[in-house]
Amino acid sequence: MEEKRKEYLKEVVPPFTPVTAMEEASRCLLCHDAPCSAGCPAGTDPGKFIRSIRFRNFKGAAETIRENNILGSTCARVCPYGRTCEEACSRTGIDVPIQIGRLQRFATDFEQALGMKVLEAPEATLEKVAVIGGGPAGLAAATKLAMKGYKVTIFEKNEKAGGVLTYGIVPGRLPQEIVDWEVQYVADLGVEFVYNCQVGKDLSYEALKEQGFKAVFMAMGLQNSKPIELPGMDLEGAGYALEFLAEAKPSEGQLDVGEHVVIIGGGDVAMDCATTAKMLGNRVSVVYRRRKIDMPAYPAEVAHVQSIGVDFITETLPVEVLGENGKVTALKAQGKDGVSEFVLKADRVVLAIGQETDDVTFVEGIMVDEKQLVQSSETTCATNVEGVFAAGDVVNGGKTVVQAVAEGKTAADSIDAYLAAKR
Amino acid sequence: MAKRKDLSIEFCGVKCENPFFLSSSPVGSNYDMCKKALESGWGGIVYKTIGYWIPQECSPRFDQTRKESTSFTGFKNMEMISDKPTEKNLEMMYQLKKDFPDKVLIASIMGENTEEWEKLAKAVTEVGADIIECNFSCPQMTSHAMGSDVGCNFNLVGEYTRAVVNSTHLPVMPKMTPNLTLMELPARAAVKNGAKAISAINTIKSITEVDLDDFTCLPIVNGKSSISGYSGSAVKPIALRFIAQMAQDDELKNIPFSGMGGIETWQDALEFMLVGASNLQVTTSVMQYGYRIVEDLISGVSYWMEEKGITDLSQIVGKALPNIVPAEDIERDFKVFPKYDHDKCVGCGRCYVSCYDGGHQAIDWNEEERRPYLDEDKCVGCGLCWIVCPVENCIVPGEVKFHDFGKPRDIHVIPKKFI
Repeated sequence: MEEKRKEYLKEVVPPFTPVTAMEEASRCLLCHDAPCSAGCPAGTDPGKFIRSIRFRNFKGAAETIRENNILGSTCARVCPYGRTCEEACSRTGIDVPIQIGRLQRFATDFEQALGMKVLEAPEATLEKVAVIGGGPAGLAAATKLAMKGYKVTIFEKNEKAGGVLTYGIVPGRLPQEIVDWEVQYVADLGVEFVYNCQVGKDLSYEALKEQGFKAVFMAMGLQNSKPIELPGMDLEGAGYALEFLAEAKPSEGQLDVGEHVVIIGGGDVAMDCATTAKMLGNRVSVVYRRRKIDMPAYPAEVAHVQSIGVDFITETLPVEVLGENGKVTALKAQGKDGVSEFVLKADRVVLAIGQETDDVTFVEGIMVDEKQLVQSSETTCATNVEGVFAAGDVVNGGKTVVQAVAEGKTAADSIDAYLAAKR
Repeated sequence: MAKRKDLSIEFCGVKCENPFFLSSSPVGSNYDMCKKALESGWGGIVYKTIGYWIPQECSPRFDQTRKESTSFTGFKNMEMISDKPTEKNLEMMYQLKKDFPDKVLIASIMGENTEEWEKLAKAVTEVGADIIECNFSCPQMTSHAMGSDVGCNFNLVGEYTRAVVNSTHLPVMPKMTPNLTLMELPARAAVKNGAKAISAINTIKSITEVDLDDFTCLPIVNGKSSISGYSGSAVKPIALRFIAQMAQDDELKNIPFSGMGGIETWQDALEFMLVGASNLQVTTSVMQYGYRIVEDLISGVSYWMEEKGITDLSQIVGKALPNIVPAEDIERDFKVFPKYDHDKCVGCGRCYVSCYDGGHQAIDWNEEERRPYLDEDKCVGCGLCWIVCPVENCIVPGEVKFHDFGKPRDIHVIPKKFI
C-alpha cells in the first residue's frame, strides 16, 4: 500500500533539465506573431518565455510567466495545451508542437527552487475587496487586486485554498506542494485568507458589506457533485466524484478504495477518479454512456488512464448499484444497443457525471440561469447586483483552470475600474 | 554488403588505402589504440607527437562548446605532446609498422632545438615510419621553444624543416598553425627548405567560455585556465580557407596537403579534398564518437563517387579551387529574388523579422494569412530570408533581375543547402 501511495503521489511527467529545456526551446521557431501567446486564455505569453529560455534567461522566463499568471506552475501541469497554446504552435507545420507546458513547468520549477520573488505588492491602501472562493479564479483575481493596492480577503469554505486544485486534480498531475506554494505566493502579496468560512452560510453577504468590503467577487466554482437518480446510491461504497477525490488527495492517498472500482462518467473529473482508483486500488473500469472519442475529457488524460490499465466500457448506462448487507457488490449496467445487459463486480461505484454550484442566492436578487449558475457580463464579470462580480466555473459551468485564471484577471480589472470610478 | 569503392590515393609518394588518417593527438597515442583504429578501417595514423621533452599535463584539460542538443560544436584541449618515454613510443611505432605493413604510419615529431629535431627524425626513420610530420603548431606548449611559437617564426620553421629533411630520406611534412594571418608564409619557408607536403590546420588559440562564477575560462584547473587550441566542426570553415589559400598559392601549387579541422562526415572530407587536400586527418570527432566513424566516411564517399562517376579520388583534389575567386571577380550585375512557397510556409514570420531588422524591409507580412509577400523594389536579393527560414526548401531562389548595366543570361545560385 505504501508503494502504491508513493506512486499515486509521484508526478507522472518527468521534468525537463536545463539542457533538455534548452533543446526543446531551440525547436521553437520564435514566430513573429507568437500564435501560442494568442492561444493562452490567461495571457501567460509562451512566445516570450520560450524566447527567454532559448536565450538562457531562465529567470526572465519565470518572470514573464509569474507576472501574467499567478498559477503559472499549476497551469504548466494541468492546462489542456493541445487545445490552447500548443494547438496554435507553428512548429506543428514541420513536425510536432513545442512542449510548451513542460517548458513553463521548467521555468516555474526553476523559480521555485531559487526562491525567486517576481511579484511584490504595493502597500494595500485602497478599498477592501472580498473574494468568495479560493480556487483558480479567486486566486487570480486576488493577486491582481493586491498588485493594484487593494486590501483583499479570500473567504474559503474549506480548510485549504486551491479549490479543484487541492480537492480534485490528482497529485500525479498536480502535486499538492505546487498548489500550496502558489497559494502561499498569493498570501505573501498581502491577501488575507479566511478558511472554513462559507459565505452565505457562515457569514452573510450583508455582514461582508458591514465589514467594509466595497466589492465582492464570487468565484465559488462548482463545489458539489450532480446527483442522479440511480437505485442503490445509498449503499456503502457508492458515492460521487468530488467527495471521492476530496478524500484521496488531501489524505495523500490514505483511503481504502476497494478492489473493484467502477467509475461512471467520461469527463476530466472521471479520469482523475479512475487514476486515483487505479493507483491506489486494483481493478478499475470506466463506464461511459457514449463512445470513447465522445468523451469530454482531455485526450491525453484518457490515454494516460488507459495506459495505467483502466478498462473502458463505453456506450453503456448504469441501471442500478447492487449490494448486500448495505454494501456495494456490483453495478448493473445496460448497453445502449438495448440488448446487452450485465453485472459488473464492484465494491466501490463513483459517479462522475458533473458538478453544480452551492446556492448563490445569498446575494439578494442575483441573476442566475436555469442551472443556478451566476450570470455575469463576459467582458466585465459584473453581475446585476452593484459591486458584485462573478467569474470562473460558477459562471461558465465548469471550464479549465486557465480559463478561470483568465476570468479572474478580467474581474480584477473590472473591479478596479468600478471602484476607481466611485472614488 | 556495404558499398566500398577503391578510395586509394597517393600522398607524397606513399600509397594510402584511403585518405582517412588519425591526426596526431590522444586518438593515436599507443599501440593498442592505433591497432584498433587501423582495424576499423583508417588508412593510416599520424602517431601522437613524440619528443625528448616530456610534458606534465593538467587536469581537467578539455572543454567543449555546444549548441543546445549538439555537443562538441567545438572542442578545446590543453594537452601537449606524448607523455610516454620516447623509446617506448618508438617501439610501438615499430611494432605497428611491422603488424600493419600496408597501412601508413606518419611520425609526428617535435624538438626543442635543431639537434633534437635531427635526432628524432633519424629515430622515426629507423622504426619504419612512412612520412615525418613536424609539429610546428601546438598552441599550448609549456615550453616556448616548441609548438606554435615556432610555427609563427618563419626562420625557425625553415631551419628546423631543413634539419629534419637532412636527417631522413622520408618525405617531410610540417604542420602549420592557424594562429597567424597568412599560412602561405611559413608553408613557403618549409617548402623552400625541403618539405614535401604541408599539413593544416592545427588548433586555433581560443577561450571557449568564461565562467561567470569563477571568472576564468574553462576548463578551470584549480582556479586558473589558459588560452589553448580549438578544434572540431566550428573550425572547419577556417581550416578550409587556410588550405584553399595555400593550394592557390603560386609557390605551393604542387605541394600535397594533408587537410584537417572539423571533419566529421564524408561531406566534410570531400570538401577538404575539393580545396586541395589529398590526405585527411581527424581527431575531434573520433574523441567524441570513436574510430567507427570511419565506416561512414568510407561508405559516404563511396556512394558519392558512384553517383558522380568518379573512379579515382585524386581526380577531385583541388577541383573547387578555380571557382573560389577574389571578391572583385564575383559577378555583381544581377539580383535573385526569393520565391516563397506559401503551401510549405508554416507562418512563423522569421523571414519577415530578419528582413526588417537585419535586411532591407522588403517583406510585407500578411498578418491575417501569416504569409510573406516580397516587395521587389526593396529586395536586394541578399538571401537572408532563405537562410533563416526553418522549413526545408520553402524559400528558394526565384526570378533573376539584371541591373541596368547587366547582361541577361542564365544564372545559377545556391544560397544554402539543408543537407
